[in-house]
Amino acid sequence: MGNKTKRMLLPLATGAVLAMVLSACGGGTGGGGGGGAASENLDGRGPITYVQGKDNSNVVRPLVDKWNAAHPDEKVTFKEQSDNADQQHDDLVKNFQAKNVDYDVASVDVIWTAEFAAKGWLQPLKDTMEVSTKGMLPATVQTGTYKDVLYTLPQTSDGGMLYYRKDLVPTPPKTWDEMMGMCSIAKEKGIDCYAGQFAQYEGLTVNVSEAINSQGGSIVDKDGKATVNSPEAKAGLQSLVDGFKDGNIPKQAQTYQEEQGRQSFEAGKLMFLRNWPYVYNLAKTDGSSTVKDTFGIAPLPGKDGPGASTLGGHNMGVSVYSKHKATAKDFLAFMTSEETQKFFATQGSLAPVLESLYDDADLVAKLPYLPVLKTSILNAVPRPVTPFYPAVTQAIQQNSFAALQGTKTVDQALTDMEAAFNTTVSK
Amino acid sequence: MSTMTETATAHAAAAKSVARRRERWASSRTYISAAIIVLWCLLPFYWMVVTAFRDVGYTFDPTPFFTHVTWDNFATAFSSEMGNHLDRALLNSLFISGVTTIVALLFGVFAAYALARLNFRGKFLVLGMILGASMFPGVAIVTPLFQLFTSINWTGTYQALIIPNISFVLPLTVYTLTSFFREMPWELEEAARIDGCTAGQAFRKVILPLAAPAVFTTAILAFIAAWNEYLIASILSSDATQTVTVAIAGFTGSQPHQEPYTAVMAAGTVVTIPLVVLVLIFQRKIVAGLTAGAVK
Amino acid sequence: MSANVDPQAKPETAVRKPDGGKGGSKEVGMDRKEKTQGRLAALLIVPTLVVLAIVILYPVINAIIMSLEHDEGLDPVTGTFVAGGFAGISNYTHWLFQQCTGPGGETVSCPPGTLGAQFWSSTGVTFFFTVVTVFFETLLGFWMAVIMARAFKGRSILRAAVLVPWAIPTAVTAKLWFFIFAFDGIANTLFNTSILWTGSEGPARAAIIIADVWKTTPFMALLILAGLQMIPADIYEAAKVDGASTWQRFRLITLPLVKPALMVAILFRTLDALRMYDLPAIMTGGANGTTTLSILVVNQIRIGFNSAAALSTITFIIIFIVAFIFVRFLGANAVETASGGARGKNK
Repeated sequence: MGNKTKRMLLPLATGAVLAMVLSACGGGTGGGGGGGAASENLDGRGPITYVQGKDNSNVVRPLVDKWNAAHPDEKVTFKEQSDNADQQHDDLVKNFQAKNVDYDVASVDVIWTAEFAAKGWLQPLKDTMEVSTKGMLPATVQTGTYKDVLYTLPQTSDGGMLYYRKDLVPTPPKTWDEMMGMCSIAKEKGIDCYAGQFAQYEGLTVNVSEAINSQGGSIVDKDGKATVNSPEAKAGLQSLVDGFKDGNIPKQAQTYQEEQGRQSFEAGKLMFLRNWPYVYNLAKTDGSSTVKDTFGIAPLPGKDGPGASTLGGHNMGVSVYSKHKATAKDFLAFMTSEETQKFFATQGSLAPVLESLYDDADLVAKLPYLPVLKTSILNAVPRPVTPFYPAVTQAIQQNSFAALQGTKTVDQALTDMEAAFNTTVSK
Repeated sequence: MSTMTETATAHAAAAKSVARRRERWASSRTYISAAIIVLWCLLPFYWMVVTAFRDVGYTFDPTPFFTHVTWDNFATAFSSEMGNHLDRALLNSLFISGVTTIVALLFGVFAAYALARLNFRGKFLVLGMILGASMFPGVAIVTPLFQLFTSINWTGTYQALIIPNISFVLPLTVYTLTSFFREMPWELEEAARIDGCTAGQAFRKVILPLAAPAVFTTAILAFIAAWNEYLIASILSSDATQTVTVAIAGFTGSQPHQEPYTAVMAAGTVVTIPLVVLVLIFQRKIVAGLTAGAVK
Repeated sequence: MSANVDPQAKPETAVRKPDGGKGGSKEVGMDRKEKTQGRLAALLIVPTLVVLAIVILYPVINAIIMSLEHDEGLDPVTGTFVAGGFAGISNYTHWLFQQCTGPGGETVSCPPGTLGAQFWSSTGVTFFFTVVTVFFETLLGFWMAVIMARAFKGRSILRAAVLVPWAIPTAVTAKLWFFIFAFDGIANTLFNTSILWTGSEGPARAAIIIADVWKTTPFMALLILAGLQMIPADIYEAAKVDGASTWQRFRLITLPLVKPALMVAILFRTLDALRMYDLPAIMTGGANGTTTLSILVVNQIRIGFNSAAALSTITFIIIFIVAFIFVRFLGANAVETASGGARGKNK
């Protein structure tokens, strides 16, 4: 009688057994990292794959072609991921977990280095794998360093700048308080004063970190301990909360990501905007831009001088599972050479990591914002370098957003933030 | 006698005019409803098309009609120079969704026939298991599936995209078909068998045509579900097997941080309109053909 | 065994009467028939179950196994992650009772800003979205289907229009609505309002509900339409002759006959809505009280797989309970009658 049922259940049962077996050996998490993998294939040469997010302005492809022409036996295949940073992160994680030997070199967002290094997925760039970081901006090298070892090599950088209306404010504000004081000018003109990225997403972490760092505070210390509950950090978050309270930062900025702020600024509805260098070209060329000739750029305002920008950009790392690490190392050096950096800057408007290039006359002629950006990046502070970055940024976003909305006091937000960090790290 | 017929005719005439008036009222009500539905469905789509044709320099211009019209966004969407292979992605999606639909329908019709028509033990269990497949968060399926497919070297292959798709649409397919098969006049099948048809023939020639609207609807739902699948495709496809959803997600602006909004809307337009046209043609040709052959 | 006189078998037994007579005892005939039917049924169902086993069963079992282990912990000396070890059900209690591990290793309640603190609110949000969207989609879908089923000139335009929202890829739809509901977007411009659509809870939820209802009502409408089309026209004619009013015809003919299709549509919409991810993820990123369980799962996957596996399993169980209630008590007719055979036997 149970015959038919049995027969029907058979495939299911087989499936279940198969599943158990597979999950038993599939193992999943990278537990304890690559172990021996980091000491293998160090002098391996041969074809490799370079993985990066979408090549926005067609800069990587020509570079790869150039490399391939010179290295016919060590060809690089370029694999493009989606344009979304979260999806790039998840794609890398899945492939590292699966110990994919085809993900030799990867472009790593500055905030992922610690996580990937702690998982044991990245080849330490030391000894035979050492690539020179001479001449690179110190803050960018810091983003690639975890526990005093360099794991990822800075490739491109990015920093926040203050866009302002020079027709309304002839000299840009040097400090935050000065800027807030200028908001009466905006009020007279009937436009909004200041906006950054205050929607609840990664951009909020960037902006809140800038506010906190600019007031001399910090989010985590060198050992990854939370330091967010300090008077300086409080002053930083308070400055944003007060901005919203006074109306100096419009309420709608709580829905702004990069693009909405740019839209408002280009439409002439905003006097000050914190944004990345990309806005410069677009605000000059967009058909709908009303501020083409009337905007200027300045370093972010800080407590007594230039503020501490949060660092953006990408680094390059080598997978411990790569079979051709010697080739990978050479490719890293190639992609960060002065010549390549110049190409990135001129073709893709990507900020270089070599300090000297910011004073290069040719480049400055092409990208007039470089001197300002240099100040920004020289004062920049990387986002928290912690293997728990995804959890840390969640805690920052949720608690500071509540503070900006006024549903939580600044004190409470920072206390909760600290508590959230602590439970995360001790897990 | 004659007066009675007269009054009857008069009554009938009056009733007829009332009926006619009522009919006219009913039909205008139908048109009003239809117009509201069309507007509700198409207004956001209209805005999408407007944006698709708008110069990228005017991305955020909220003028609600066509201004700064350009084909550039479509060129961007198809530009292989920028790495946006929408044309190849369209073919891939067509192939993957097509195969998914055909296989899912085939399996679904089998299973639904068994569930609706045959007596066997464990029916509730089978139905429960099939439904259970629609209960696990899709976002949590991706990682183990990726590991499974990597271990058998399937990443980047068509089957790695088609098989998950089939499993995603199968529960719905089986359930809809089962519920429709239950309502079929199965006496007709018996009649056909008495006329000398085999069970298979009777099913194909009598039941299937009658079920055509249901099968066809299921096919549309399955096809579009497969067409829209993103999660699995984004992880398991390679450049060569990339689907439209993945291709569109890969669009970028000319600058980092810039949203490629107009190009995404152009691509959205490109992948939607042919789909709708295709469905309509199929509906006309196939359903009409099938239903015409049905025993009425 | 003899209790197995299920209504669905009736027409068959009726037609096969001569056959049954030949076989002598009717019960023996039934038994043999059931046997052959069972064999055929197994053959017909196996392909479906195999595909589902590969793609769904494997991940589910994998998740359950993983959920019993701790997330990897950081070795403070080397700075590398090490396997967490057996966790028992602590990953489950972490979510259900919002228990986190404090700095000294003690159990504390999860502070705001951790994902653990969001489990119950996300469950609430998920159910809220499900109930509201499925309600509106059913109502609108039924209306659309009734109109589409009528014969009138230009009906194909209507059918094409209804297909459009459903045919646009979800990721594109979400982007479209994201920009429609931007502060300087078309919605505020058209209605001359300055609502912060994604800036506070009420409007953010409304925006997501509008987008979801717009996108998925066609799914409902098409399924219900198919149900309507299966109703033979002569039943209506007969009812008309009998003088039934429009409302009576709707209530007494349309509704009961379309109920199986309607129930399948509602059931599957409910299961889908309970796993809603794309729209809130793109439109609000889960901010302002729009974090659904699926968004929580994705955020947790980025932080620790094992806790995420536990959360996925919990979500699975929640959805299972909902589906069970749906099928058992709310009379999802299609499922009930379809399972009639099995239930008949259990008596």
